[in-house]
Amino acid sequence: MKSRISEFLVGLLFGLGLLLSGMTDPAKVIGFLDLSGSWDPSLAFVMGGAIAVGFFAFAVAKKRTLSFFGAAMRLPTSGQIDRRLVVGALVFGAGWGLAGFCPGPALVSMAAGQPKALVFVLAMFAGMAVFELAERWGRRPAAEVPSA
Amino acid sequence: MSIDWSHFTPWFSLSGGIILGLASAMFILLNGRILGISGIVGGLLPPRLGDLGWRLAFLAGMACAPAVFFALMPAQWVQAPRIDAGYPGIVVAGLLVGLGTRYGSGCTSGHGVCGLARLSPRSLVATLSFMAAGFLTVLVLRHLL
Repeated sequence: MKSRISEFLVGLLFGLGLLLSGMTDPAKVIGFLDLSGSWDPSLAFVMGGAIAVGFFAFAVAKKRTLSFFGAAMRLPTSGQIDRRLVVGALVFGAGWGLAGFCPGPALVSMAAGQPKALVFVLAMFAGMAVFELAERWGRRPAAEVPSA
Repeated sequence: MSIDWSHFTPWFSLSGGIILGLASAMFILLNGRILGISGIVGGLLPPRLGDLGWRLAFLAGMACAPAVFFALMPAQWVQAPRIDAGYPGIVVAGLLVGLGTRYGSGCTSGHGVCGLARLSPRSLVATLSFMAAGFLTVLVLRHLL
């Protein structure tokens, strides 16, 4: 229960941070991505502030095996830099530049009742579903081998 | 390049960023999880029993943010965010973001904030890649087409 409350509050706090920072305004995001036009550097401040705080938290987290609530510390273990990572990030970036939405701000804007954000989120779910189906299709031969 | 001073909001953006950092810090230190939106949402497809509660609790909190923000800071509320892309563009963008974040295992929060904060080379490569693609897309759409 304690962790459910904290998950809810973290989600709320994160949404508030997105709204305050300006990330939920697609034109502001595109103003940051538009280097050759009239450039709005605000989003560099968003990332700078977030990373500066996160740096200390992760330094503590790396030294622990359990969270302060006793949950397993799920830090990513993959350090692999492959084509999948780069191509995926490039495709994401193209979509980000096209509409000015990344997943978090789109969800918050949808909750605020923006019709375009709702359409974006539905399309994003569709894109994620395509990924899931493609993954399963690719894994099918392996899945036929009986697993222990 | 010229600076767009009229839209530049260093203090709001910095304080918003610090809040995002605090949320990410709480999530890893209290719940032991990386705060990555595409991963949290993507893990709902398909829904797996026993793995749903934390995702839904987080998303429910996020969904409450606009109402709470409006109650706390009505003066800062952006009534109509500027969304220049039309519906076809929005659909294409959503598909690309959904596909790309799952293939690349993360988005602006998971790679861009948490990954960089924990000094992950993998996340640095991902962040530089999606930033570069974002810059390039806006350059092409705004200035070359």
